[in-house]
Amino acid sequence: MSQKVPEKLIDEKGLRLDGRKPDELRPVKIEVGVLSNADGSAYIEQGKTKILAAVYGPKEVHPRHLALPDRAVLRCRYHMAPFSVEQRKSPAPSRREMELSKVIREALEPSIFVEYYPRTAIDIFIEVLQADGGTRCAGITVASLALADAGIPMRDLVCACAAGKVDGTIVLDLTDIEDKKGEADLPTAMMPNSKSITLLQMDGMLTPGEFEKALNLAVEGCKKIYSLQKEALKAKYVAIKEAVEE
Amino acid sequence: MSSHSIVARVKQKRIAQLLSKGKRIDGRGLTDYREIKIETGLIERAEGSARVRLGKTEVLVGTKIEVGEPFPDVPNEGVLTVNAELVPLASPTFEPGPPNENAIELARVVDRGIRESKAIGLEDLCIIPGKKVFIVFVDIYVLNHDGNLIDASALAALAALTNTKMSNYEVKNGEIEIKPGYKRLPIKNYPIAVTFAKINDKLIVDPWLEEENVMDARLTITFEKEGKICALQKGGSGHFTPKQILEAVKIASEKSEELRELVVKK
Repeated sequence: MSQKVPEKLIDEKGLRLDGRKPDELRPVKIEVGVLSNADGSAYIEQGKTKILAAVYGPKEVHPRHLALPDRAVLRCRYHMAPFSVEQRKSPAPSRREMELSKVIREALEPSIFVEYYPRTAIDIFIEVLQADGGTRCAGITVASLALADAGIPMRDLVCACAAGKVDGTIVLDLTDIEDKKGEADLPTAMMPNSKSITLLQMDGMLTPGEFEKALNLAVEGCKKIYSLQKEALKAKYVAIKEAVEE
Repeated sequence: MSSHSIVARVKQKRIAQLLSKGKRIDGRGLTDYREIKIETGLIERAEGSARVRLGKTEVLVGTKIEVGEPFPDVPNEGVLTVNAELVPLASPTFEPGPPNENAIELARVVDRGIRESKAIGLEDLCIIPGKKVFIVFVDIYVLNHDGNLIDASALAALAALTNTKMSNYEVKNGEIEIKPGYKRLPIKNYPIAVTFAKINDKLIVDPWLEEENVMDARLTITFEKEGKICALQKGGSGHFTPKQILEAVKIASEKSEELRELVVKK
């Protein structure tokens, strides 16, 4: 799977390497309820990025002293499989994974009514099976669905999508090569109903004007992801409802 | 953080009440920094060093330069490594042990500002392409935690880098020979981090510990010298509206210029 580096990431017609327009998402496939042991689970494919998420809880906290008297403790592990990237990644958690685990947890936490479950823990596990850019965003998208699948009360789903700048153009949903060779990457997560942004990071360089444009594009991308999330949830639960009614 | 304790709730109420009148508990305006003191060259053994005091927050940064191997994908560039230690003597909440997620996030946010703005001329740090390059270690040492470690650490890291000297050298038959005298580490850009806290829908700049303990969310925006944004990081378990983010970008753009003068003057 070695990637050769092309000179241009956007051709004369304004199309990207995979033929997408600048404001187009990659094909997204989402499935809810894919693991039988977990209280909630979901799987996403966004282009070549493939991620599995599972939620366990609310459950007893171990070690006990970590429990909070007035709310649930949210714990999150973002982890990449050793075979998910071109050069084998050591399975030990890297500094990048530790940072992402933290920001993903903080992106999901505003959506959850943690105060409903004092002295408990909710564990979120995100496993990146194959990475091709946008893994933290797809990870948030799929983890939020796993939380919903676990029946945890939430204010809204959290959906996420990155925008960025590639060959001077503001684009949506960057692939790995666009992230590495491009000028900027702006992962964004939000709860669309209240228009609240719960994750925002950036690397690269953008003028304040470009930043505003990229932020607006990322918000639009998030909204598209949001409708796909809702469809995926309905796909599982409408089927169950029909089966029960029969 | 400790928002579940009753004391924190009382404090949060008080802080939020004052904020709604445009005031802060330490008397600052909403976009004022605490007093900033920068000293450089305190540690003679380090290639560069700086101590930043931001109010009572105190951060020491030391830089070391060693010879090592480049990354295979960039064989002609030196290597930058940023690490942060939340030293136990700095706060009752810091514990000994390997860096936790807060220390890692701190180091990575500072790293991102330096790396993305291309502050260090890494291509000038190549000795033998693909074989030997200089590695710049930036070690952030938090000595007293009174809030806003990110801005204090980013400022101290930049001040230490501008203060960093490298030995002269010569390459003979593939061996590196150290020559007498020093030159300055090539610094090409000056990234400045500006951190906001959101408390009850109000944005404040440079939150100190009392404010950090009750804040809903945090946003750090790093500007480089040409006025472009080179890094962003949201933290904390709350959220921002797009409008608040754009407002913060505007404030940070002005504030970063003020702070940059403190470092560049040195």
